[in-house]
Amino acid sequence: MKAKDPRELDFFDASHLPAMDRREFLKVFGGGIVVAFSLVDVLEGQEGQRGRGPGGGNLPTDFNAFLAIREDGKVVCLTGKIEMGQGIVTSLAQMLAEELDVSLDSVVMVMGDTDLCPWDMGTFGSMTTRVFGPAMRAAAAEARAVLIDLAAEKLHRPAAQLAVREGVVYDAKDPAAKITYAQLAEGKKIERHLEKKPPVKAPAAFRVVGTSQLRRDAREKVTGRARYAGDMLFPGMLHARILRPPAHGAKLLDADVSAAEKMPGIRIVRDADLLAVLHESPDAAEAALAKIKARFDVPDTGLDDKTIYDHLLKVAPKGEESGLKGSLEEGAKLADPVIESTFLNAYVAHAPIEPHTATVRIEGDKVTAWISTQRPFGDKDEIAKALGVPAANVRVIAPFVGGGFGGKTSNRQAVEAARLAKATGRPVQVAWSRGEEFFYDTFRPAAIVKIKSGAAKNGSIVLWDYAVYFAGQRGSDHFYDIPNSRTTVYGSSWTGGPGTHPFATGAWRAPSNSTNTFARESQIDIMAARAGMDPVEFRLGNLKDPRMIRVLKAAAAKAGWKPAPAPTGRGRGVACGIDAGTYVAHFAEVEVDKAGGKVQVKRVVVAQDMGLTINPAGARLQMEGCITMGLGYALAEEIRFRNGEILDVNFDTYEIPRFSWTPAMETVILDAADAPPQGGGEPPIIGMGAAVANAIHDAVGARLYQLPMTPARVKAALDEKAPAATGRTKSALRPRTGIA
Amino acid sequence: MDEKIGFTLNGKPVSIGAGGGRMLLGVLRYDFGLLGVKYGCGEGFCGACTVLVDDAPVRSCQTLLKDVKGRSVVTIEALAAGEALHPLQKAFMRNDALQCGYCTPGMILNAYGLLRRDPNPSRAKIIDEMSGNLCRCGTYARIVAAIQDAAREMRAEK
Ligand code: FES
Ligand code: FES
Repeated sequence: MKAKDPRELDFFDASHLPAMDRREFLKVFGGGIVVAFSLVDVLEGQEGQRGRGPGGGNLPTDFNAFLAIREDGKVVCLTGKIEMGQGIVTSLAQMLAEELDVSLDSVVMVMGDTDLCPWDMGTFGSMTTRVFGPAMRAAAAEARAVLIDLAAEKLHRPAAQLAVREGVVYDAKDPAAKITYAQLAEGKKIERHLEKKPPVKAPAAFRVVGTSQLRRDAREKVTGRARYAGDMLFPGMLHARILRPPAHGAKLLDADVSAAEKMPGIRIVRDADLLAVLHESPDAAEAALAKIKARFDVPDTGLDDKTIYDHLLKVAPKGEESGLKGSLEEGAKLADPVIESTFLNAYVAHAPIEPHTATVRIEGDKVTAWISTQRPFGDKDEIAKALGVPAANVRVIAPFVGGGFGGKTSNRQAVEAARLAKATGRPVQVAWSRGEEFFYDTFRPAAIVKIKSGAAKNGSIVLWDYAVYFAGQRGSDHFYDIPNSRTTVYGSSWTGGPGTHPFATGAWRAPSNSTNTFARESQIDIMAARAGMDPVEFRLGNLKDPRMIRVLKAAAAKAGWKPAPAPTGRGRGVACGIDAGTYVAHFAEVEVDKAGGKVQVKRVVVAQDMGLTINPAGARLQMEGCITMGLGYALAEEIRFRNGEILDVNFDTYEIPRFSWTPAMETVILDAADAPPQGGGEPPIIGMGAAVANAIHDAVGARLYQLPMTPARVKAALDEKAPAATGRTKSALRPRTGIA
Repeated sequence: MDEKIGFTLNGKPVSIGAGGGRMLLGVLRYDFGLLGVKYGCGEGFCGACTVLVDDAPVRSCQTLLKDVKGRSVVTIEALAAGEALHPLQKAFMRNDALQCGYCTPGMILNAYGLLRRDPNPSRAKIIDEMSGNLCRCGTYARIVAAIQDAAREMRAEK
């Protein structure tokens, strides 16, 4: 299928919708003007899903969201995107209010309901604003043009003479001649195409976009009224507890449920690999689970959180080369000296405070599932498959989601709840315990990065040979001006292949990029220190990209950076990166307790160029959230495991950032209103590992090669610290990991 | 049969027969439908399940039902006086001190306990007293600002 211009929007009569869906649909709208719009081929994976509408029905055209001007004047947007704290319930509404010239209050967002909203691939990859946003703005601009045409007819004035304010169309020369959107929408079923696509507004004309808005869902959240998947309770509903293996790869030998069976009101379901106890009271279900005596065969894999790196190098598939430039041999000759480093990072959990949860109710042949999900349409298909029912019979609703960070793109609990609802004939809720959450999380993969690089005497980088194993491609390309370079990515996706990781892995906020940025920006600092140059000046000397130069300079200015070669003893570090189209520079200031190795991050400055910023307040919130969350993978977060058994199963040993860790934070959003909007929820996390590592080096002269930089590792690095006599950087971890 | 356990819940006397050995978290959520009480870790490490018992914050996942016998339990649902929000709730909104909102009820109730003990806490004290409540979205800095903001408003009201 040929890609269509994203601006090519289809207007259609809602009566084209399949009967059942139309009823649902109109319940929400109460009639009015409906616009459907598409993103076309900008997204990978969208292909083959076109033309699929609510309930899996066919629609006259392909599209990704509905926009409707209701008879009461409300603007309703229905999108399969979900709100998990990132704030798009506010920023998407801002874009609509802007293009339609209505007040923000009159925009209603209906999100993540697969019966009401058209197909959407999911909410991840910082794509909502940069990919979905432009299509939505164009749709709104077009809807506004339709409304103006209708008004022109009604008011008997030329369209060109009409203006809009707060949903009222009026004659600019005679403001008494006016009509509201509500009046125009009344009794309408619109199907028309405009010959000329109206342009979206220029930034200079913005009234709503670019203004800071508080969260629109805050009131529900501070009063405890916001409903999450676990808050969906139904009469007769059963809470399920499922027998879990003690380790990944373990096989159930036998299970004695006789004691559990005797408990009043207990239902036991055995369905292939699934053994669950269910009760109307979750406490009773929990007690019954404890009574099951089960034996498992736990295979000895020999893998643990220390041996994993050797294993990964061994199983790595052939690498994919990119960015080949110049000659690596030539570069090695010019380098003074060639520096080789190996960087490691551990498996990291998503650990949202809301664990994975699903509530499923089956009535007749209709399956309804409330899921803590970032991917409602994916879950819908999985549930349909597991139950052997047509996808059209399954409705997934994502209520408020208590944090996702990539972890809620995968929802095993939803399929479990659906199977148990089918088996028991009752509504069923599966709410994972914290232990299950840690066991079944799709961890950020452990990864290895090997870099061979060097700069000439004058400080210009002449060699860059970069190899990354299992972190993935995103962020692996450098953006420096280097004549001889190569990037090789081993293991293309975050999930590896079979036999790679001992458990599930997946996308974790800014997937791949935090690992790649840690390695790259640490190595840049190593070269700068080796050249006796200030790390910021060293970077600027090797950068040609004007956007990156601007961002780095802005961050340095905000940080009050005073150039000096590291280590200065001040404890300041820098890192740059690009993610989801956004350019970002981090500065971190740390204090290192030399005796214990504990690092306290005192201050973080982040500057970013994210193109047009829809909601600056929301963007800053995301920047602060990323800085705070990033401290975790930088300093503490690491899943420890042995033979498939996850050893960290709660927040006592798996430490995530807390109040006492919070540094002073300063955020700078560069003015770039004329550039298209880019990602905001992920980029500001990518530099945290490197900025902190570089700050530690600046503070105490010790170089950390492994994330997280725990007190023990900092101590070890301090103990190993010795003047590099050979010009080859020694990985602090080589002795432990056996990496040659 | 278990004896009935009576206590005051959000200002009203209640009594419940089932299991004094149960944890308050499940009782509040499933027996009384107070869904603003959240499960986060079940073991006292995150604070998402925080409620007030006699005006002091406790972790309902670690509190036995029988231990609240005769006492007063308040959940997030009853913090506002009707539609009039508590100063802490307003300050959380004003300061954008939440993202996904899942930790928010626990944060607000823990802060409530702090401000009762100390109406004018220093920044360091807020950080210290709040440090047992976890937020994965990273809203800590905003929450500190919101608590300071609410404390100012509450002192001015007095
Ligand atoms: S659920 Fe009670 S402290 Fe985490
Ligand atoms: S706002 Fe999401 S966990 Fe705190």
